[in-house]
Amino acid sequence: MDFDFMPLIVAVVKVSVVVGALFGGVSIMTWVERRGSAIMQLRRGPNRVGPFGLFQPIADGLKFFFKEDILPPFVHKPTFIMAPAIALVCAMLAFAVIPFGGSLNFEFFDEAIPLVIADVDGGVLLLMAAAGMGVYGIMLAGWSSNNKFSQLGGLRAASQVISYELALGLGVISVLVLAGSMRLVEIVQMQEQFLHWNIFRAPLGFLVLMVAGFAETNRLPFDLPEAESELVGGYHTEYSSMKFSMFFMAEYIAMITSSALLVTLYLGGYSIPPRVVELFGLQGNLLAFAQMGVFVAKLACFLWFFVWIRWSLPRFRFDQLMQIGWKSLIPLGFLQVIASALFVILKPEWF
Amino acid sequence: MIPLALLGAMTSLQTIVLGLIALVAIIAALGVVLHRNPVVQGLFLVLNLLAIAGLYALLGAYFFAVIQVLVYAGAVMVLIIFVIMLLNLQPAARGGSGLTPVFFAFVLGLALVSLLVRAGRSFAPPEAALAEGFGSVAQMGSSLFMGYFYPFEVISLALVAAMAGAILFAKRDLEG
Repeated sequence: MDFDFMPLIVAVVKVSVVVGALFGGVSIMTWVERRGSAIMQLRRGPNRVGPFGLFQPIADGLKFFFKEDILPPFVHKPTFIMAPAIALVCAMLAFAVIPFGGSLNFEFFDEAIPLVIADVDGGVLLLMAAAGMGVYGIMLAGWSSNNKFSQLGGLRAASQVISYELALGLGVISVLVLAGSMRLVEIVQMQEQFLHWNIFRAPLGFLVLMVAGFAETNRLPFDLPEAESELVGGYHTEYSSMKFSMFFMAEYIAMITSSALLVTLYLGGYSIPPRVVELFGLQGNLLAFAQMGVFVAKLACFLWFFVWIRWSLPRFRFDQLMQIGWKSLIPLGFLQVIASALFVILKPEWF
Repeated sequence: MIPLALLGAMTSLQTIVLGLIALVAIIAALGVVLHRNPVVQGLFLVLNLLAIAGLYALLGAYFFAVIQVLVYAGAVMVLIIFVIMLLNLQPAARGGSGLTPVFFAFVLGLALVSLLVRAGRSFAPPEAALAEGFGSVAQMGSSLFMGYFYPFEVISLALVAAMAGAILFAKRDLEG
């Protein structure tokens, strides 16, 4: 009877809080996206439900629940039903390795609680594996819909993700070479000083990872799998009600995870420079909450960047997309990896 | 909660997890062979590879487990399923392929089973516990780039050669 339940309970609480925060983030992002696009296009956007239209996501959610869940007669049923679940689960799984704060200490609890769900050895790899599995959701949705437009969307998604996963990997590796560790917590701790942020040491890697992040999340200008003007709705043409909503949420969660990865690897993650910590006299749990605040703020900036790009740039053609991936991003990524390796060997004094 | 408390020691929990993963792996493997729809067969293979990754993780080889998911289940299988979807293969009719494949499958299966039985007989549990840091990324990296440097480089060269060969074949068809 010496099974210790406390770690289990702590893990369950952490997972619930993070999942809650992710879904909360998704609903806020839908509002930000619609209001943001309205600002850019000189429209008003949703402004009727609640102050500034803030309750619009709730209304949208209710609408999704009450819509009829249509199962078209010509689909391959098991995979049609499974596809949105795969997309959503993989998107949520990827966030598990992202550290969002230092650690909390409580009097009634012996050990410090690290603010990350899974601080594992190959953390970054795990994230990439989970994100890579997510494409099955889109591919299967396209195939099982038994509809040529959906099928094309699914195939586009697959080839796009395969192409950009290489660039994504190179963007990640250039940081791993610098840090000498795959533990995201350690990578964050190395960037405590503002000037030690990896974006200053590996600017090309940051660029490559950012563009690849846009492509992996199927966001405009890389949203060819669901290009409305060409493919009706792409892979989710046949989906309705909550099944469609699950794809929608998966896309936004993938966006949050990809921003979180960029912030963690290149922009110092949750860390606050020691001088600032001293200035405000932050200690213990207060420091942990401040770190969480910093992390969320950085994340919010990036998410806004995603929205900003979406409503500013037109969609690429498919051949352009492939050219950017294979002929620009991958060579740039290799260049950065070599530069990072040289940096580690030479260890210049000024850093 | 009660079953967990009854189980007590962690080893028995591990045994149960092992049993579950093995069951999933076997069912998925059967699905690959027996299902008639090529896309579903591919999906069963993905499930099987995931279950094998779970086995690696249970053995303490976490790096292998993650790489298994990242490379095999995540990248190689995406390509294979991509091709299956592109060809839009129809579900195969049952029992249309004659006796020859069945005969070969039987012989190969027999060979595999006899090999497994031999391996199982000569198996002895390791005497020492696993060293600290076994299966970690750092340990894997140092053994790859220090202990097995030349084999590793030769394999990468072979892979590059294979890729170049594949491109050559594809190009020749296009131009000819």
